[in-house]
Amino acid sequence: MNKEFRKQLTIDLATVVIGYLVLGLLIRSGVINAYSKGILLMVCINVILTVSLNITSGFLGELALGHAGFMAIGAYVSALFTKSLNLIPLVEFPVAILLGGIAALIAGYIVSIPALRLRGDYLAIITLAAGEIIRNLLKNLDIVGGTKGYTGIPNYTSFTWAYLIAVICILASKSLIASRHGRAIISIREDEIAAEASGIDTNRYKIIGFVFSAFFAGVGGALYAHYLRFLQPGIFTLDKSIEILVMVVLGGMGSIRGSVISATILTVLPELLRGFSDYRMLVYSLVLILMMLAKHNDQLRALFDKALSSFRRKEAAHE
Amino acid sequence: MSGANLFFLQLINGLNIGSIYALIALGYTMVYGIAKLINFAHGDIIMVGAYISLLCLNAGLPWYLACILSILVCSLFGIVMEKLAYKPLRKASRISLLITAIGVSYLLENSFQLIFSANPKPYPGFIDLPTLKIGAVSISANYYVTFIVSVALMIILNLFVQKTNMGKAMRAVSEDEGAARLMGINVDNTISLTFAIGSALAAIAGILYSNCYSPINPTMGSLPGIKAFIAAVLGGIGSIPGAVLGAFILGMIETMVKAYISSQLLDSIVFAILILMLALKPAGILGKSVKEKV
Repeated sequence: MNKEFRKQLTIDLATVVIGYLVLGLLIRSGVINAYSKGILLMVCINVILTVSLNITSGFLGELALGHAGFMAIGAYVSALFTKSLNLIPLVEFPVAILLGGIAALIAGYIVSIPALRLRGDYLAIITLAAGEIIRNLLKNLDIVGGTKGYTGIPNYTSFTWAYLIAVICILASKSLIASRHGRAIISIREDEIAAEASGIDTNRYKIIGFVFSAFFAGVGGALYAHYLRFLQPGIFTLDKSIEILVMVVLGGMGSIRGSVISATILTVLPELLRGFSDYRMLVYSLVLILMMLAKHNDQLRALFDKALSSFRRKEAAHE
Repeated sequence: MSGANLFFLQLINGLNIGSIYALIALGYTMVYGIAKLINFAHGDIIMVGAYISLLCLNAGLPWYLACILSILVCSLFGIVMEKLAYKPLRKASRISLLITAIGVSYLLENSFQLIFSANPKPYPGFIDLPTLKIGAVSISANYYVTFIVSVALMIILNLFVQKTNMGKAMRAVSEDEGAARLMGINVDNTISLTFAIGSALAAIAGILYSNCYSPINPTMGSLPGIKAFIAAVLGGIGSIPGAVLGAFILGMIETMVKAYISSQLLDSIVFAILILMLALKPAGILGKSVKEKV
């Protein structure tokens, strides 16, 4: 372990702990009210979903449009578990989350089999279709309420759980990407043929990417179910998958830090816009288009780089 | 009604929905072939077409003027959309383009929701022809008009793409943009033309769709849009005959599943068939499988 790495690790750990203590204290003292706490929980859940989707879309380079489906599986399986068993929450909830994740993982594995043969837009269609199939089947499952919805799920998702699991998800993704498996996954994105020629089992690593992503989508879904306490197949539409994909793209494909930031901004922004309820989605769509245009505008980019480099120079001068 | 008649009726239903999907899928596939873009906003152009024609009809214009105006406005929408949102991103990654297209789709849906409210609006059908009777089955005018209009448009489009110079330019740009530019083809104009034609077809699809399924609302285009996109992929995206074939196959499968298997599990079955077909034939039915260069 070199010095630079150890320094970075200490900073990261300190940020995580301090962040938890500050937010926890604010909630305890009532500065953050119930409404803001709800938003905070949604930020944690969206961070989990975004970081996990970034593994397939950002690092593996495959366009996946079925994330909401895996999330739905995690949500329903975990809710079914906690509702039918009545153990103490401290035992029941982690098991439920794990079960939700594993169920989503299995679904992810099944979807990855036909997906291995396809690339690009065709793969996007397969994942879209898988998401819709999951939603359609849930609609027809009476044991979880069908279209009417599944009610009475216990309220287990506390700030501590959501924060802890978000941190675990980020750490797991970071260590996956830093490992040799992660490098193999990135090499598929860069050039699949070259990766294959270098002896990388591309199918195996594609499955690893998919399954990892689906697992944490399921975990995020489990947290979501026990925060919302009410599930309906209508929540997990293509729009939900797109919402998460937008967070990934705005944060930067293949940047975990970017995913965390953009998931936070894009969860809080719509809440801030709630005052203009009618214009909320209109503003959101405009922001989407303008951000994409700005990202690819050469002049704006040059200006941004200039500002960034002068900022860096100042920072260097301070040190 | 006897089993044979019922089957015949379902066949007609399948052709009807298939021809609407085909009109929309043509727009998807042409734009994809030329700009390599999944234009998610294409489905919403159907909605724009429906609303513009509704406005014209409510203002007392005759139906043919309403149709022409709605087609013109939609073509203009298509061109403006391309120039403002997609052209600056032509060199960007595919996923950025996709997100922009989703943004445009949300923008159209939400601005129309603000203007016309989210409540469904009744659409005064204007196809006033006698019902056709074949044996014991009667076919409503909406159905055969939809079918005839779409087939005629597909034939015209095919002739246009195969025989005219502009069609040739379109094929050249989709084959190799750089080489087409070197041959003196105005690539920008060709792309604009493609968007205009695709949007015009979507407008006609919107009008026909509203005639068959009356109340219209600002999100009416998203589901047929997705279905048509699937049809285009099924047939091999980028291929014009493929889109038509895919659309009719999808329309037929949908109607038959609804009639004979289960209407509740319809979407699951349709999507499962799609996955199966793509897994067996990854480039679609008529798509060319492109060998990757090393």
